Amino acid sequence: MDATAPAAQPVVVRPPGRLPPGRLLVWGGFAAALLIAPLIFTSSLAVTMLSQIGIAIVACLSYNMLLGQGGMLSFGHAVYSGLATFVAIHALIGAGDGSFPVPVTLIPLIGGFAGMFFAVILGYVTTKKAGTPFAMITLGLGELVFAMSLMIPEFFGGEGGVTANRVVGKPLFGLTFGPPLQVYYLLAVYTFICTAAMFAFTRTPLGRMLNAVRDNPERVEFIGYSTQRVRYISFILAGFFAGIAGGMYALNFEIATAEVVGAGRSGLYLLFTFLGGATFFFGPIIGAVLMVVSFTLFSELTKGWQLYLGLVFLFMVMYAPGGIASLIMMNLRVGAYKKLGRLIPWYTALAVTALVMLAGGAALIELVYHLQLGESLDPKLKFFGLTLDTKSAMSWLGAAAVALIGFAMFDFVRRRFARVWGTIQGEIEALTARSREAR
Amino acid sequence: MTTGYAIELKDLRKSFGNTEIIRGANLAVQQGERVAIIGPNGAGKSTLFNLISGRFGPTSGEIVLNGKRIENLRPYEIARLGLARSFQITNIFGRLSVFENLRCGVLWALGYKYAFWKFLADLRDANERAEALLHMIKLDAKRETLAMNLTYAEQRALEIGVTIAGGANVVLLDEPTAGMSKSETARFIDLIREVTVGKTLLTVEHDMGVVFGLADKIAVLVYGEVIAFDVPDAVRANARVQEAYLGSVLADAQAAEAGARSTAAGA
Repeated sequence: MDATAPAAQPVVVRPPGRLPPGRLLVWGGFAAALLIAPLIFTSSLAVTMLSQIGIAIVACLSYNMLLGQGGMLSFGHAVYSGLATFVAIHALIGAGDGSFPVPVTLIPLIGGFAGMFFAVILGYVTTKKAGTPFAMITLGLGELVFAMSLMIPEFFGGEGGVTANRVVGKPLFGLTFGPPLQVYYLLAVYTFICTAAMFAFTRTPLGRMLNAVRDNPERVEFIGYSTQRVRYISFILAGFFAGIAGGMYALNFEIATAEVVGAGRSGLYLLFTFLGGATFFFGPIIGAVLMVVSFTLFSELTKGWQLYLGLVFLFMVMYAPGGIASLIMMNLRVGAYKKLGRLIPWYTALAVTALVMLAGGAALIELVYHLQLGESLDPKLKFFGLTLDTKSAMSWLGAAAVALIGFAMFDFVRRRFARVWGTIQGEIEALTARSREAR
Repeated sequence: MTTGYAIELKDLRKSFGNTEIIRGANLAVQQGERVAIIGPNGAGKSTLFNLISGRFGPTSGEIVLNGKRIENLRPYEIARLGLARSFQITNIFGRLSVFENLRCGVLWALGYKYAFWKFLADLRDANERAEALLHMIKLDAKRETLAMNLTYAEQRALEIGVTIAGGANVVLLDEPTAGMSKSETARFIDLIREVTVGKTLLTVEHDMGVVFGLADKIAVLVYGEVIAFDVPDAVRANARVQEAYLGSVLADAQAAEAGARSTAAGA
């Protein structure tokens, strides 16, 4: 799996302040996508989802500053986005009643400073350690803050949370930020700026030393850097961006409940950043899109969607630990050497066998769920046009058989595919070695 | 208190539990000297390096670097005072490219510290220095290769490159040629000599050929004490050293070979 490691960006000698054309294209495309998306997906559900995707992108990217770039496995990142949500909600209330006159457009920024503030305080303790102790401290702090959120209802609003109204103050150029579309565009601007800023961070001295701390903290100490200081400053910056995401959340939902600081949300950041791919900068963006899509769409499809999510996570950890981003990059590399054509039959075979396996497995899962939840009404359930019956042995055996046969076929294909993949990688290695000698 | 020494150890002691590994070591290395530290296995050579570079704190005694006491400082503070070290087991940044490894090594010395408001690509001095190092350790062709994908000998060269990157004037090399073939070792010694010109060098070495080929002076460490510290010929003639360490036929053979090699190089 060495091939999943990020290719270090070559240092391009360029006049300061000018972007190379390739990167200009990528960023232009990103901006265009943010701009055009609500014109293509116009339903109100779509616009809400797009806003949520923007928030999730900033949150997951800030999480990846810790996980992917710094090797810090945090179980409590929602503390910073969540506390910022509460501060932002109170700022919004203040803006409404005139006690804290601040324009609505700056609410996410207030969230950012709140996140940064808490990262300065809590991060000092957290980043004293690395590795497993670091993970443990984040977990403990997460629990602590969540417990506190239920103990101090004056600030956290208790069970009901705190609500506010984002339509306050005089309209700015006719914008009230009442309609979801106006909010979306405000959040899109924040998403773009934050993404650019976080990408810029990866190309600074501190950003690079953070990678060095991830790879080999011991050696970092012997080239003049305090690993603790590198982690601490990076943690504060990650807290700032998490806080912006929290402020964006406050603006979008106009409510903050204890759930936003909870371990569940922290876990989601981890899960989807990993799924998207922590080893590449753009991985968390994919993860963020997946997060929102699975929450709003998959949850409509089946009650057991979180179980499927867990299975997908399990498969990714086992077979593609670099996440979706690394799968994309590895295939682009194969494509660059014009060898992708050889893999397409294999991908087809993998997809077909995986679908068979999934169909059987899903039928089983749905049967179990139906047994738990819906049986009292009717033992029969619809499954892709088939009628399954929780009382019939045929349904259970059939589903199990399909799942098992699917798994056997999938595993058979996967082993063969792995061999072909290895051969192709070997050929590419040989090619690059030859071109290096020629140079 | 400027003594003129680059490194001074005064009655240095280190115990792990009840075991005393370093038992009152004394050593004073002049500026610009190349010193090889030799001694049987378990004599405490690596421990001595770990004490000097701040990886461990000593139990008692003093370590003076360029006239400054450093025995209670952290590794990064010592590094900032101009002492760099390499490791016996290669210790580089595996998922960064060769060039990035070297650039990480130069950043602090050039004053960039924890800057996150400057782009690496714009740091002309850092980039030029990293390029120069790349050329010096002869890894130009591997510029963009990830460090973990280098061959063993290349990783050893990068290890030295990262060590000298910060421009430290005192360099500690812990068995730089460990695990290398004979021909690699010979080439590597030339490299080390080349990149440490004008610096104070301390090296731990097992290969007597390397020791006699590289060092101005030899320090013999036995059971945590420096029992001899002198020019190679004097150390070879020292009765205590012969008894403790150098008497073996193998060592003599290696030394003779090194002598032949340096004569050949001279001619």
